Amino acid sequence: MSTRLASGGRLVDQGQPINFSFNGNTLKGYAGDTLASALLANDQMLVGRSFKYHRPRGIVASGVEEPNALVNLGSGGTFEPNQRATTTELFDGLQATSQNHWPSLEFDVGAINAKLARFMPAGFYYKMFIHPRPLWKHVYEPFIRQAAGLGKAPKVRDEDTYEHFYAFCDVLVVGGGMAGLTAAKSAAASGAQVLVFEQTAHWGGRAPVDGGIVDGTPVDKVVDKLVSELSDMPNVTMRLRTMGAGVYDHGYVLGYEQLRDHAPKAQGPRHRLWRIRAGHVITATGALERPLSFAGNDIPGVMLASAVRDYVVNYGVSPGDRTVVVTNNDDAYRTALAIKHAGLSVPVILDARVPETDSPLMTAAKDAGIRVLMGHGVAKVLGGKRVTGVAVCAQAGEGAILEEIECDTVAMSGGWSPVVHLWSHCGGKLSWDNDFAMFRPDVDKAPTGQDGSGFVSAAGAANGHFGLSEVLSDAHASGGTAAKATGHAKSRRKAPKAESVDEAPMAPVWLMPQGAGVTLRGKAWLDYQNDVKVSDVQLAAQEGFESVEHAKRYTTLGMATDQGKLSNINGLAILSDALDQPIPQTGTTTFRPPYTPISMGAIGGEARGEVFQPVRRTAMYDWHEANGADWEPVGQWRRPLAYVQPGENLHDAVMRETKNVRENLGLLDASTLGKIIVKGPDAGRFLDMLYTNMMSTLKPGKCRYGLMCGENGFLIDDGVVARIDEDTFLCHTTTGGAEHIHGHMEEWLQTEWWDWKVYVANVTEQYAQIAVVGPKARAALEALGGMDVSQEELGFMEWADGSIGGFDVRVYRISFSGELSYEIAVKASEGQAFWDALMAVGAAHDVMPYGTEALHILRAEKGFIMIGDETDGTVIPQDLGLHWALSKKKEDYLGKRAHLRTHMADPTRWKLVGLETTDGSVLPDGAYAVAEGTNDNGQRNVQGRVTSTYHSPNLDKGIAMGLILNGPDRMGEVLEFPGTDGKTHSARIVSPVFYDPEGEKQNV
Amino acid sequence: MSKTVTALNGASWEGGIAHISEAPQQGMITLLGDLTAAAVIKAATGATGQEMPAQGKAQCAGEKGVCWMSPDEVLVLCPYAEIDKTLAKIKADLGDTHSLAVDVSDARALFVVQGPNAREVMAKLAPVDLHPATFTPGMFRRTRMAQVPAAFWMQEEDAFNVICFRSNAQYMFDLLKTAAQPGSEVGYFAAS
Amino acid sequence: MLILTCPCCGQTGEESEFHGGGEAHLKRFGPGSSDADFEGYMFMRENPKGVHFERWRHAYGCGKWFHAARCTMTLEVFGTYPAQTTEPPKELRDKISKKRPGWSWGAFS
Repeated sequence: MSTRLASGGRLVDQGQPINFSFNGNTLKGYAGDTLASALLANDQMLVGRSFKYHRPRGIVASGVEEPNALVNLGSGGTFEPNQRATTTELFDGLQATSQNHWPSLEFDVGAINAKLARFMPAGFYYKMFIHPRPLWKHVYEPFIRQAAGLGKAPKVRDEDTYEHFYAFCDVLVVGGGMAGLTAAKSAAASGAQVLVFEQTAHWGGRAPVDGGIVDGTPVDKVVDKLVSELSDMPNVTMRLRTMGAGVYDHGYVLGYEQLRDHAPKAQGPRHRLWRIRAGHVITATGALERPLSFAGNDIPGVMLASAVRDYVVNYGVSPGDRTVVVTNNDDAYRTALAIKHAGLSVPVILDARVPETDSPLMTAAKDAGIRVLMGHGVAKVLGGKRVTGVAVCAQAGEGAILEEIECDTVAMSGGWSPVVHLWSHCGGKLSWDNDFAMFRPDVDKAPTGQDGSGFVSAAGAANGHFGLSEVLSDAHASGGTAAKATGHAKSRRKAPKAESVDEAPMAPVWLMPQGAGVTLRGKAWLDYQNDVKVSDVQLAAQEGFESVEHAKRYTTLGMATDQGKLSNINGLAILSDALDQPIPQTGTTTFRPPYTPISMGAIGGEARGEVFQPVRRTAMYDWHEANGADWEPVGQWRRPLAYVQPGENLHDAVMRETKNVRENLGLLDASTLGKIIVKGPDAGRFLDMLYTNMMSTLKPGKCRYGLMCGENGFLIDDGVVARIDEDTFLCHTTTGGAEHIHGHMEEWLQTEWWDWKVYVANVTEQYAQIAVVGPKARAALEALGGMDVSQEELGFMEWADGSIGGFDVRVYRISFSGELSYEIAVKASEGQAFWDALMAVGAAHDVMPYGTEALHILRAEKGFIMIGDETDGTVIPQDLGLHWALSKKKEDYLGKRAHLRTHMADPTRWKLVGLETTDGSVLPDGAYAVAEGTNDNGQRNVQGRVTSTYHSPNLDKGIAMGLILNGPDRMGEVLEFPGTDGKTHSARIVSPVFYDPEGEKQNV
Repeated sequence: MSKTVTALNGASWEGGIAHISEAPQQGMITLLGDLTAAAVIKAATGATGQEMPAQGKAQCAGEKGVCWMSPDEVLVLCPYAEIDKTLAKIKADLGDTHSLAVDVSDARALFVVQGPNAREVMAKLAPVDLHPATFTPGMFRRTRMAQVPAAFWMQEEDAFNVICFRSNAQYMFDLLKTAAQPGSEVGYFAAS
Repeated sequence: MLILTCPCCGQTGEESEFHGGGEAHLKRFGPGSSDADFEGYMFMRENPKGVHFERWRHAYGCGKWFHAARCTMTLEVFGTYPAQTTEPPKELRDKISKKRPGWSWGAFS
């Protein structure tokens, strides 16, 4: 069994007990524990079930590479699934539950899948759920959905907050082990601004556990000294619990800081996403130990040798009483010695190698009285929910059992792989190292930045250097390189010197034993989380999945939440062997960020709740809100769709508002319409190019409606232009168009006609603009008092500056409703006051505010087009019967040349008409008018579509506009519009102007 | 006129790692023109008593100042009550020179982010190097804050003036409050 | 995410401050141009593997348009220059020639 040792544990404080719960049971741990170490201390080796076969799985690792110990953490608003127990720091009150089992962890019905494993090989789902096709939707999909996914999605809103932080530095060091600290010091000594990230809660990495002597001092003391020196340097920032998540173009790096996961009661954001621009990045990310592939290597109690050592040394936890060590390299001997040192038993070290002479570590193990069997390995592990022993075999054979040895833990080591993820994210290349059987950074092919030079260096174990002395000299050098790359003189300080320990060469072992038969291979796991075995990868190769990327997807090797940190290299080796090609020829799959999963909250940062996205508000927003506004988003703006009064629904409100504008008086908040000032000696010439009609001939004091097309001829915007003076125009744009059209103007001025004398300013938000509309509009304004707003003084399509009710105003006599209408601009800061004044004076004139839906109906009654309804980026003015707005006098304007293209001039383009249902009902929006016959796809032919459709309360019937083939020539014809409701609607082609066709009402 | 209001009516918030407040109304004039032309320089400096700012700089004192917006644009700051007078003077100084001067005071909202952690609050929202050695009082930066355009400068250490569009005022205020939430000190600039 | 230096205001900013605007140095063909010329202007674009010239706007900054010379393979930015020109500056072309001997793009090399 696993248990807490009476003493030891350099990271835990046995004087500070902590209570936590696992699957509802209260357990005890100590301050400094991880959830994994505390679970082991409570003999909870079994922590979860695998994804596909629901096999019992135990803790394998002690860090980020852990594939099995994924748990649900927290509850309610702090619930989070798939958290690694090995990286979760213990705190008082922590709640964890295991996942992927039913009804319980110990007894799981889904484990029946394991019995069927023989029938569920690689590609099982692809093969099983393909025929017959009719079952896809209602049988297979629900089944697969039910089985899919690890853990449960949270049900309640996340109650924590998150943030981003933009940081800039010369040198970013990712990894706070000896390599990272040494590199940081070397870079910082040259004066560079240095930022150091360490993903765990402790500096030093593996060194304090593995031991060593640097410049005569034990390495753990060296770590303390380095940390304290770096912390004192003003140009160095150090961060624990912060992971370098990804390296991107031009030195962009994401750092993931977990601020409160270990201290949930603290204030502030839970996670912070560092968005870093680094001049140079040093990846000192260490290396990960590889498992060995032998039968039963997934039984709880089989662990990485380094992890066993970590639990003993760091946490004072014994994973088991009797630990068999199985290895292909010297490093695992350190584990055997550590276990022995802690007073536990190591019955045997099974070393797959056959060395000629003993290395110092082998000698030390033998001297400690440990039995060492060279050239041996594990035939299979015995046990079910916990290891009970191993069957020993010769590595060179097929697995004939030589003896069985009782044990409750197996510590395995298949060698080490540098963590090359961050090096690779942005294109750093790898090379294969035959001596260590690993991919390491190809230092000549670093990722390149904006100036074309490499901006990433790897240091220490991440660079393929394993002995402490090599690590230190490599890290020291890369710190210097980074300093130099960011314009700092290399420090002349010498690299610290470590005493080196000679190790015997490792020997690649991809399968144990070498000749393992099909039964053993079918129990030798590569990917613990996704249940991929040696036999699955071999099958994939046999079935033709030769590309590593294909084999990965077919078998799901490395596709789980751990992204194959333990399984990738072993899987590649098996695939290469099956394809009979060297490993570098097979290559690796792509390393993609993030290095380990980061929270969605951190990615979103501050953008949630109230600030999820900007909501633009006019000066009268609060009034609208207080008066029943039903909001319509228009771009980022919110505009009232209608003001719903008590006792009515939205439709009622729209009808009431629409009628009232025609009969009495309506107020519309038109502030969102774009207002752009165009000024200069060439302003008229410029607007003549931008609008399809002539603007240079407009007289000061007058307004003109204009159309804008893009260079490709399609309509992009419309609006009323007012000429302020000889040099100055004010262009109104659509609500969504202000920024876009301002940009459009700047683009042409800056990139094509840069010698024209024109300045442009977007003054949209300087003004609150209120449309005062309806037959009683003039009377109301006159009652408010001020400037003369009579037809004689201020005629239709004229504007004037003046004063109304004591407000400085600019009044435009323009109408988008066909009624008598004044659009009045005041300073935004006075907008609410002016609105109040109009409402007050309007009371005697039956005033009602109206929203955008009434605005739409009013304009549709008049046959006025709306950009975005009648246009969709493929519509030209000619389609809408707006030929009158296309100047024939002008030689050129944007879109003119495009209008001559054959397709634009095609007489069969659909044209705008009005549509009136035969029964007075409302046509469905977007419905198509069907024609005879079918097209090549067997769909009904169509001859037009509805672009706008409403119920008009003023005409008391449904009215619509649409684009119809030869529409204007087919007045009176009835077309059929099948709706999505199964009904077919009939509508007659009529003029689009339904109301006041002579335009008498607006010009009074 | 006493009816005028700023976008958020002078909202302010304390209790976080920095003090966030909407500034009182501030006169702002966009002046477009050839920034080397004598008339343009006279218009900008005459109205404010400030020198013409260098590229990327703000020349401010109290409520008056000139901020460099682009190669052909400055933002002239003046007391809100003097906006008409100032604009008239600028236009008179510009004379016939090809240029555009326009009141944009009401088109904007102005916030002040104050306190020893002000740099950190800003650095959570703007992709700009705000290290004390890099961004100093007198610099003027137009950029993005979270999802909206903004501009900011420091008139003194530990206090940022932030300008955004008036319609985004509520968003900006909420954003700054979020970035200044209690317990969210980063400690990045403090180290330096 | 790229970083670009705006030649108009001198600021170096990350890509999110800028808007890409497609290919640089297009010659406009208006009314009176042939169908082929107009088609070329409107629709035909370079799609190089390597040296490319493109337009960017410092949308969240000074608002100015400028041109950038960039490698589409490595994302190396060779340089940026103001938009008021019909061809890349010679200095920049020489610089690119040093780094990518034999490059050509449209009419330039």
